[in-house]
Amino acid sequence: MRFIPHTNDDIAAMLEAIGAASIDDLLAPVPEKLRAQAAIGLAAGLSEAQVVAELEEMARKNTGAFAAANFLGFGCYRHFAPAIVRAIIARSEFATAYTPYQAEASQGTLQAIFEFQTLITQLTGLEVANASMYDGASATAEAVLMAQRLAPVRRRVAVSRALWPDYRETLRTYLSGSETLELVEVAFDPAAGSTDLRQLTAMADDDLLCVVAGYPNAFGVVEPLGEIVEIAHRAGALAIAVTAEALALGLLKAPGDLGADIAVGEGQSFGLAQSFGGPGVGFMAARMAQVRQMPGRLVGETRDLEGRRAFCLTLATREQHIRRGRATSNICTNHSLCALAATVYLALVGRQGLRRLAERNVELAYNARERLQAAGLRLRFSGPVFNEFTLTLPGLASRLASAEASGILCGVALERWYPELRDTLLVSVTEANRATEIDRLCAVLSGDEDHGNRQASA
Amino acid sequence: MATAKLAPEQIHEKAAAGSQTESSNQPLIFECSVRGKMGVDLEPAHEREPRGAEILGPDLCRDDLPGFPELSEPEVMRHFLRLSQLNFSPALQFYPLGSCTMKYNPVVNDELAGLAGFAALHPLVPAAMAQGALELMARLEAALAAVTGMDAVSLHPAAGAQGELTGLLIARAHFRKRGEHRGKVLVPDTAHGTNPASCRLAGFEVVVAPSNRHGFLEAAEIRSLLDPTVAALMVTNPNTLGVFEPEILEIAEELHRNGSLLYMDGANMNALFGVAQPGQMGADILQLNLHKSFSTPHGGGGPGAGPVAVKRELEPFLPVPRVKRETDGWVLDYDRPDSVGRLRAFHGNFAMLVRAYAYVLALGANGLAQASQLAILAANYVRARLRAVFPPATEAPALHECVLTHDLEQRTGVTTLDIAKRLLDFNIHPPTIYFPLVVPGALMIEPTETESRATLDEFVAAMKRIYAEAEKEPETVKQAPHSLRLRRIDEAQAARHPILRWTSRGSG
Repeated sequence: MRFIPHTNDDIAAMLEAIGAASIDDLLAPVPEKLRAQAAIGLAAGLSEAQVVAELEEMARKNTGAFAAANFLGFGCYRHFAPAIVRAIIARSEFATAYTPYQAEASQGTLQAIFEFQTLITQLTGLEVANASMYDGASATAEAVLMAQRLAPVRRRVAVSRALWPDYRETLRTYLSGSETLELVEVAFDPAAGSTDLRQLTAMADDDLLCVVAGYPNAFGVVEPLGEIVEIAHRAGALAIAVTAEALALGLLKAPGDLGADIAVGEGQSFGLAQSFGGPGVGFMAARMAQVRQMPGRLVGETRDLEGRRAFCLTLATREQHIRRGRATSNICTNHSLCALAATVYLALVGRQGLRRLAERNVELAYNARERLQAAGLRLRFSGPVFNEFTLTLPGLASRLASAEASGILCGVALERWYPELRDTLLVSVTEANRATEIDRLCAVLSGDEDHGNRQASA
Repeated sequence: MATAKLAPEQIHEKAAAGSQTESSNQPLIFECSVRGKMGVDLEPAHEREPRGAEILGPDLCRDDLPGFPELSEPEVMRHFLRLSQLNFSPALQFYPLGSCTMKYNPVVNDELAGLAGFAALHPLVPAAMAQGALELMARLEAALAAVTGMDAVSLHPAAGAQGELTGLLIARAHFRKRGEHRGKVLVPDTAHGTNPASCRLAGFEVVVAPSNRHGFLEAAEIRSLLDPTVAALMVTNPNTLGVFEPEILEIAEELHRNGSLLYMDGANMNALFGVAQPGQMGADILQLNLHKSFSTPHGGGGPGAGPVAVKRELEPFLPVPRVKRETDGWVLDYDRPDSVGRLRAFHGNFAMLVRAYAYVLALGANGLAQASQLAILAANYVRARLRAVFPPATEAPALHECVLTHDLEQRTGVTTLDIAKRLLDFNIHPPTIYFPLVVPGALMIEPTETESRATLDEFVAAMKRIYAEAEKEPETVKQAPHSLRLRRIDEAQAARHPILRWTSRGSG
């Protein structure tokens, strides 16, 4: 086995130092009955070349990765990532290290995470961000649990139905261990596609713990976050803004500037591959007054013995390895390397680039929307959007199936999660979509496929 | 120039910040930033300015991203490469962090996870267009079941702690389905901190189960703690002392007789390949850490993956979706009424699953068994060679890791922390320290199978030298490290005056 450095002589010398006759002797603490049944029912090991061949074969079967046109979004987005992002996260110095418990030996990871925390506070308009969470969905659940620690007497959690279904389900699972919290869904306005503010107002009383809404939401609609915050605050509740398309924060008003108390989300758009949905990188930001109720790791600035700037993990008394059963969360391993990827990405794209890219996404989505409307398709929701929008299209399922046959992924049919949204398609358009893809989309959805093929080949 | 606009007091602050920067390792990315630079060419230069802000209007849009970095591509590259040089890592150093299994991470696996067919795959493509990914998941599930002796595996959880939470919620769902109210989970005093934290999150009350003076659980002790309200015992085996729980079969029997479940934390699975299967030990629920035993990189703290494995009876409670075989291929099954639900978006940390599967294929049954045997050999070798100065915390035999102690603190004032910091001067990453909590001043050492005898000998020599130094010149050890760019870092100050981000007026 090529990963094993021990020769037979090494093994013999080591056994001698131990005073054991064989490796079998070292296994003596394991009951014989268990050892007898421990054989692994797997084939023998393969060479590197064989492993590569086998996995390349499996990768090729994922034809969805090579689609001619692809407009899937709904929480995972296709964006261009500069090569440097991959080069940096492939560095063994970053990739193979673990949690930076030994600060003196981990300044690279620690400083990069301190930079990540800073970038997230800048994007969210809040004061403190943690070192990362698993993903946007679990970060949302952790945000609600954090809200509960901040206001333990309140019991009701109002979640917009226009929040991603995966996020709502994750929240339900995380809260299933709690006997005290009650999860209530707030409907969305059937015309605008944003959270129904009247219904939210009606349930905002002194038992309301927090309001959770997407920004933009699952339909791509930019929620009136300022008004949602106001309704929550009037009832003394917290407002939690959730962003799955983090690029939007490069252009939209920062959640913190609109009064949100906690901003969480998914940073996959910042340089991370789609990878069939993971790993991405969850983020969480809040105000400094609430930092002691925050879950997850935090990197802080300090000094070494000689007064030089240094970084280390801090406020660890919130965490499981110190506080055990009374910790703010059970999270230990987080998504540090993905946070590094996001940091490299944001450093490259930078202050001007991020806004420009966000603006371009909006423009491309609106242009595509106009073209589809001009081709006779009907918009489902009227609210302002970032880079995703919804269409209503009779006979959607068969239309999608025939498009898939020609390698076109038109978007996500929402009915599976929203029975009330029959024949509704969510289309995500980013800078990664070529103009010819949009031609094909228009053609295939408007039923003029010959036209689309002509345009695509022109 | 932007600096021309600074007020005098800001210039003073900038100068002060500059002087700090000079003496430290590498300025923050924000301090390297200069107005007007950009590290990407986003689109053809002739493209006109995007109109997004105009379309959405000023009510929805922010003005700017003040303080956001502005650098060229080569500057970004240099910044992060320089940061990379400030890390110790298992690729460069011996890194015997106990309970973390810092084994070699095969580079080819990273390359495979980056294949376009995996990396560019959206999680919501139709199943027919993701057959390779689904097949890989199904095969990895089967392989993990074969290794652990469990019946069904879900690859859904993002990390070990999330796997623990999933497993505990499965236990909860199981008892709810049976109409039983069991609110307590027994957790040994040697357990990882995530165990009690996960119990609380899952709504269980934690009852601490004391280990005996050899560091293991006794069946009689467990029996005395059992009553009809106990849902499970959560046990790590081998435990955090590296000791195989000798009474595990009796303990499992006691639990099952009481109608309780045996939850096994698989963090230490690296000791067990081909040695013993959790399923045969009586484990009903098990979580694995693919970033430990299955070689996926630790990433400076993650991402990992924390699959959860169960016995057949508990399979209906696994998270959604499940990979399922139908006549015309693999599909994702969401229609699982008894499932605990989902704990994250989509289907798992797939890129880590690709790496783990490649690892299992490369090792196969023979390679995995060899890995555990040699991991056990390495830990016992270090334990034997250091015994005279750093005696083991328990005389119970060790498997893949060992916990050592010392008498230096009473005799010389040199603490375990000092020893750890001094190891850095020998270009060795310290072991896990002060854990498990039941051992004062513990040094928890897990060498893994991929470190050579020569490396282990260097470690042993360094530890012996530090011991000698502590007796002769304790200040050398107490002041360590001496050879890194920074001296000992003041962690207390970081907690007293938290500075958790950079601001344009200096960090604050």
